[in-house]
Amino acid sequence: MKFKSMLLGAVSLGVMTGLVHAETITIATVNNGDMIRMQGLTDDFTAKNPDIEVEWVTLEENVLRQRVTTDIATKGGQYDVMTIGTYEVPIWGKQGWLVSLNDLPESYDVDDLLPAIRGGLTVDGELYAAPFYGESSMVMYRTDLMEKAGLEMPEAPTWDFIAEAARAMTDKENEVYGICMRGKAGWGENVAFITAMSNSFGARWFDMDWKPQFDQQAWKDTLTFYLDLMKDAGPPGASSNGFNENLALFQTGKCGMWIDATVAASFVTNPEDSEVADKVGFALAPDKGLGKRSNWLWAWSLAIPAGTDNEAAAKKFVEWATSKEYLELVASNEGWANVPPGTRTSLYENPEYKKVPFAEMTLQSINSADPQHPTVDPVPYVGVQFVAIPEFQGLATVIGQQFSAALAGTITADQALRSAQQVATREMTKAGYIK
Amino acid sequence: MARAVTPARKATVTVFAWGVGLLIFFPILWTILTSFKTEAEAIASPPSFVGFDWTLENYSTVMERSNYFLHFLNSVVISVGSTLIGLLVAIPAAWSMAFVPGKRTKDVLMWMLSTKMLPPVGVLIPIYLIFRDTGLLDTRTGLVIVLTLINLPIIVWMLYTYFKEIPVDILEAARMDGASLRAEIIYVLTPMAVPGIASTLLLNIILAWNEAFWTLNLTAANAAPLTAFIASYSSPEGLFYAKLSAASTMAIAPILIMGWFSQKQLVRGLTFGAVK
Repeated sequence: MKFKSMLLGAVSLGVMTGLVHAETITIATVNNGDMIRMQGLTDDFTAKNPDIEVEWVTLEENVLRQRVTTDIATKGGQYDVMTIGTYEVPIWGKQGWLVSLNDLPESYDVDDLLPAIRGGLTVDGELYAAPFYGESSMVMYRTDLMEKAGLEMPEAPTWDFIAEAARAMTDKENEVYGICMRGKAGWGENVAFITAMSNSFGARWFDMDWKPQFDQQAWKDTLTFYLDLMKDAGPPGASSNGFNENLALFQTGKCGMWIDATVAASFVTNPEDSEVADKVGFALAPDKGLGKRSNWLWAWSLAIPAGTDNEAAAKKFVEWATSKEYLELVASNEGWANVPPGTRTSLYENPEYKKVPFAEMTLQSINSADPQHPTVDPVPYVGVQFVAIPEFQGLATVIGQQFSAALAGTITADQALRSAQQVATREMTKAGYIK
Repeated sequence: MARAVTPARKATVTVFAWGVGLLIFFPILWTILTSFKTEAEAIASPPSFVGFDWTLENYSTVMERSNYFLHFLNSVVISVGSTLIGLLVAIPAAWSMAFVPGKRTKDVLMWMLSTKMLPPVGVLIPIYLIFRDTGLLDTRTGLVIVLTLINLPIIVWMLYTYFKEIPVDILEAARMDGASLRAEIIYVLTPMAVPGIASTLLLNIILAWNEAFWTLNLTAANAAPLTAFIASYSSPEGLFYAKLSAASTMAIAPILIMGWFSQKQLVRGLTFGAVK
């Protein structure tokens, strides 16, 4: 009885404080530099909207994904704004789980959003999330080592050139490895990288009838090329290297080239953390001459779950955080190099931002990715380095383990692809895609 | 008579024990050391052991960015609360099963243990829905309830094994002398079972403190304990090792200190009945 009345008291107290105080919105976000900076600048938002209070829940990416997925699928209502990626938006939008952002005011200038990014966040004409920062992938290379190898990096290299340069730059005795690529198993780790790579080799996950394509020659070419190159010119133990491990290797001068997220450019050129800050060049992600490059496209975006009690306040926040004014706010506080990249055309037309060394290459990389048509041959899915279907996460986790095992040398490329084909066929049949 | 031990043998055993001890402690030591490095030094290869510029920068960043004391308070309330409620339920349960076993006692014990064999994620959605409908999401009360329930089988089992070690004859002697059930439990059983109860208490506080599935999945901004505090410093894209280490050190320090002060009780309790 006592407990019950205490509970009742607590609940009514909660309701009363809700009435007296300002509206509180809870924002779930990931731990990365741009998001942490946004948290630091929240005062600007609350100053402009004194009737709204902001609470932050910052979590590691995979924890956050699990957390917000549970909440939105059960309509738990714990969050008013969620940070989600280009993988979730098409799936959740289709489910009707997200609030449409088509009614943002004109001053927001929605047409200023980069077309590739906006396309990835739109489902059937409805914009379901506002991009906070966008990224693609590109080649980061050591200008000094390239020169030493007697080669010159073209702006848009081919995989054959990358392989030649990687082998020429490798000096294993001095712990310099020509190329660092992701090898750690995970759908956001090696699968993202190898899937984007396979697009340039003419491979695809599924054909138009959702039949898995891992038994095709293009996949064999992709995986064999990747494994051979890593064997000749990659660092030891590469099967456990993800973004952070490769970042550490590159910053300490152990990688000749590193193909990864464009967001890494600001890390490797930061003299505080990087030993090679003044010796880094950038190039587009390589291709194979088939019309598709191997760069991916990702945008951390802010979305509002359908059914939230604070929709209007949440929308105000999303508008503030992804506006042109926010970019200027960051620039005035921390400089243009720290502005969240890859969302607005106007940013790349800004003469101040053009001075940032990696700005142009980031824009080109983002613009050359096309999530609606990611592959050489047509596919029934959306997504460059992923397939935007709910089954992808589980499927890609298993396939990523196979690719990682092949890199570690415990199985062959053929075995890895055979199991990938088997698993994918089984899961896609079970899920009803293959009739 | 004690067995004669040669000095050489003694030295070998000592060195070996220290070696094993250090090996087990090394990850924690490394975390603590890393928390005093800069992000660049944290990933330096080869890593430096102590010869780096010690800095408190990570701690100040972490304190600035997160509300450590809120998370800390949540952890304390959740772990202590769930353990105490668990003990209140488990002591009578274990007493009855140890001293007045019925035909199905063994089965009941096995059934309790079997609830621990289910992967927690299997019941995440049902529990989440119940919590949503009862307004327990992101509340300490909700977490205390869940952690009490998930740790209860372990508490009952531990207490049961301790109680089993206590000779029934002593309890019977007390009964013959006219002790009531209440007096029997309070004056005879409890003093003899204190080491067992204490170690159960300590171990469960540690288990609840470290629990990272339910505490992460059922909380958002208000009831999140230190596990969520740590999870906010890890990132797949970006350098974070030093800050993560600082956050981890701050999260484990209280429980480490508690463990240090209570190690006698813990060891005594855990080895209670080990030698028969």
